[in-house]
Amino acid sequence: MYAYDELDRTLINERVSEFRDQVKRRLSGELTEDEFKMLRLQNGVYLQLHAYMFRVAIPYGTLSTKQLRALAHVARRYDRGYGHFTTRQNIQYNWIKLAELPDALEYLAGVGIHAMQTSGNNTRNVTSDQWAGVAPGEVEDPRIWSEILRQYTTLHPEFSFLPRKFKFAITASDHDRAAIKIHDIGLRLHKNADGETGFEVLVGGGLGRTPFIGKTIKPFVHGRDLLSYVEAILRVYNQYGRRDNIYKARIKILVHELGIEKFAKEVDEEWKLMDASALTLDHAVVEEIRSRFSYPAYEKLPHMPDELKEAAHDPKFEAWRKNSVFPHKVQGYSIVTLSLKPVGGPPGDATADQMDAIADLAQKYSFGEIRVGHEQNLVLPHVAKRDLPVLWKALDRIGVATPNINLVTDIIACPGLDYCSLANARSIPIAQELTRRFANHETANLIGRLHINISGCINACGHHHVGHIGILGVEKNGEEFYQITIGGRADENAQMGTLIGPSVPYAEVADVIEDIVEAYLALRDRPEELFVDTVKRLGVEPFKERVYATR
Amino acid sequence: MPLVKNAKIVSDLFVHVVDGAELPGDGAVLISAARFLEDPETLSKRAGKTGVIWPNNRDLDDLVPYLDRLAAVALVFPSFRDGRAYSQARLLRERHGFEGELRATGQVLRDQFVFMLRAGFDAFEVKKESDAEAFASTARRYSVFYQPTGDGRVTALNRRMQLRHSESAGQ
Repeated sequence: MYAYDELDRTLINERVSEFRDQVKRRLSGELTEDEFKMLRLQNGVYLQLHAYMFRVAIPYGTLSTKQLRALAHVARRYDRGYGHFTTRQNIQYNWIKLAELPDALEYLAGVGIHAMQTSGNNTRNVTSDQWAGVAPGEVEDPRIWSEILRQYTTLHPEFSFLPRKFKFAITASDHDRAAIKIHDIGLRLHKNADGETGFEVLVGGGLGRTPFIGKTIKPFVHGRDLLSYVEAILRVYNQYGRRDNIYKARIKILVHELGIEKFAKEVDEEWKLMDASALTLDHAVVEEIRSRFSYPAYEKLPHMPDELKEAAHDPKFEAWRKNSVFPHKVQGYSIVTLSLKPVGGPPGDATADQMDAIADLAQKYSFGEIRVGHEQNLVLPHVAKRDLPVLWKALDRIGVATPNINLVTDIIACPGLDYCSLANARSIPIAQELTRRFANHETANLIGRLHINISGCINACGHHHVGHIGILGVEKNGEEFYQITIGGRADENAQMGTLIGPSVPYAEVADVIEDIVEAYLALRDRPEELFVDTVKRLGVEPFKERVYATR
Repeated sequence: MPLVKNAKIVSDLFVHVVDGAELPGDGAVLISAARFLEDPETLSKRAGKTGVIWPNNRDLDDLVPYLDRLAAVALVFPSFRDGRAYSQARLLRERHGFEGELRATGQVLRDQFVFMLRAGFDAFEVKKESDAEAFASTARRYSVFYQPTGDGRVTALNRRMQLRHSESAGQ
């Protein structure tokens, strides 16, 4: 956990009072809605279909119990008793009242939470691996660098009015859980031959209507130079990114239009001209930030405690353990994923009561720490294995122990037309229907790892391009239709899915997905071959045939 | 449109002279980049002060050779959303050492003041009277700054390091 010091606290309090003044000026009519729009967006406030939506940042997905309880309080006091965890380690409230927003923000500021730059054309919440600091084999904890970047990007005087939004993600593991290749800047922490920490820097990744996989602009930027190099990229983008067309304004378009070599050259030239001294992160500075992170005092525990041996007789527990419990870097401990994808539920939602209960359990069993992942699930990162059986029972009671992590019902979905003013089609009911179709966990287990991602419009908040199966809502003659892609992935081998054919109407989507899954089960050459690998081996044709032969 | 300098509303000593209109021999003028670049040598040696309004999509390289002879550079915010002039401002101050007046023009509203000050602006053609009047209090809104810029404000990181040093010195 990063502990805010007096300076961090002062800054977010100053931001709250600034926002309070902005809201006051809007309510008094001193600011027009158009003028206010830009200001509220910089603080995570959107105007949606029914009400204002409020997006709160959970930097690099780390929460303390106190913070989670504060999020629960806001859901209960200022919203309708629930919140929605997003794919970028944010939480959204859908029914917030403008006049009450400053109070909600002030409450959150009290526990070191803010909504700065969770929307608008600026540098957004810095995201990272939800297993940071606990994943076996990790190079080092990427959250130190995430926090350095969080501070650097917060209220940046030069880059708060960029051509378009700008997203950072960091990973420090071979297996990329942060989807760095679909970010404006993706950072892969690794060490050079001398054992020094640095980053492979990727640039220009992103989804939306023109999806691109990020390209490596530099294979190794030394940690001390991270901020100056990032500043060089942002400066080139701020000056040359397109502002004439909102759909061509992301850095991915600039990188694409210039070509990565030319773009890299521009950045290098800028980097050389910079007086980088003030931005250089010498060892002491990094250590200062590192010292503000606290780590649990792990006990020396056995690899296989008696409690776990006993519980293994319960098939329900075993099903959950095998699915939702992952190896921890410390012996005797586990990483536990909490499924926010119950059968029939909207993906990523948690009620205030669930949040409070999870905070209590984290206090008791996870050294007071909770993580949020981009798959819209929560994580208890430090659970002693002996506590797994009792924890499971408690999680099951509050409905977050569905053993479907990484399975077909662990669906990523945007809010879609039920809430969002940009959407063309609904996402949540599609996800709900699919979770009912595949509600049988044995079937889901048989299918194996399969990520379904659903977006209600081309803006791709549900990351449909990189779902193993992607579902994109479009509008056709006033009706909801859905395009289906297969073969996408968001990890270290990220790629865009391929369209299988014409879009299908709302009522047929679940049938089509069932057809695709059945085709896969018939086509895979062995049970271990994942859906996405079968698609890679065979291409889309056999799936297309199966889906459209009878339609 | 009120002009703010040193956190106060002041009268503008510069006269905006539109392209084609005759320039006074002395007296401070602000002219367009296009006009200035037609004859920069002569214009930068005028008896009166000369300032140039530089568009936000034009490279600064053409302006840099004359900076030490210019009294002012005015950068443009065609809309609140367009942040290119922040980069230009920092480059003029921090890379090219421009010490004259750096003026923000266009859609300049209260909520940009702190960013502009940090980027090196010291004169503001503020769109609304009420915003201009609120300049001094708005400029004091923040006391903590995460990023180093050329404005000399000490960053949070540096303050922490200083605190560390003084703590360890006291032990």
